Amino acid sequence: MLVNLSGLKNVGLEHFLIVGAILFSLGIYAVVTRKNAIMVLMGIELILNSANINFIAFSKYSTADLSGHLAAIFVIILAAAEAAIAIAIVLNIYRNFLTVNIDEIDNLKR
Amino acid sequence: MSLFDVAFYVLAFITVGSAIVVVSSKNIIYSAFALLFTFFGVAGLYVLLNADFIAVTQILIYVGGILVLIIFGVMLTTKAFDVPIKTETLHVGPAIVVTGAIMGTLFGVILKTRWFNVLNVQWDGTTKKIGERLMTDFLLPFEVASVVLLVALLGAVIIARREKVKS
Repeated sequence: MLVNLSGLKNVGLEHFLIVGAILFSLGIYAVVTRKNAIMVLMGIELILNSANINFIAFSKYSTADLSGHLAAIFVIILAAAEAAIAIAIVLNIYRNFLTVNIDEIDNLKR
Repeated sequence: MSLFDVAFYVLAFITVGSAIVVVSSKNIIYSAFALLFTFFGVAGLYVLLNADFIAVTQILIYVGGILVLIIFGVMLTTKAFDVPIKTETLHVGPAIVVTGAIMGTLFGVILKTRWFNVLNVQWDGTTKKIGERLMTDFLLPFEVASVVLLVALLGAVIIARREKVKS
């Protein structure tokens, strides 16, 4: 086949990218399947971590400067802001609806 | 197999294994604590990639900040007295198919592409260089990020504040 596996003997760029891909898929799975809003938040954190792994792997193996590190820093900053806002919204939803199951909060649909 | 390879496989196993526990555990507290090991594993991968500053930042912000915030969210939004804290799932079958397709596509792309992979630079300490880049090339995003953090934290306080009941 066209897939060339000879480069996989020593740990290199592809290994880190594969770990990132697995984390990304698991994060998507958590976001799609879980009912609890906080579990959805954990899935989003997994996705952001996988993106950061890719940034830093490319920064070391492909570009050889620190641009990937800077992008990772900004991703971490935005993740912190996003988590704070999301937890605040979830607490507010819980206070109003007494649940955080995101399929029971469908007032806009009615 | 060098020591680097062994360290990579151990850290990747910790990261992926605990991430599987995160997405598959029924108890949301177990998920939150498995997320702790995922974050530490990712920080270890950053160390292997010569990113010392990012690794420390990961531990400080993700483990010290976001994970504590998530655990507080779990404790404040569940009635922890009567029932064990279960979370339900829905659409498990279609979700497994779709995410499996996504993972297969990503694997195919990663393994088929001939990456520009010849460089393997070693930095001795990235903190000083990151600081120089932040103060020169990335000065505007740096300042905008500080404003974003300020606005986000103010907004979080305003959203989550308990309204005074007028009686």
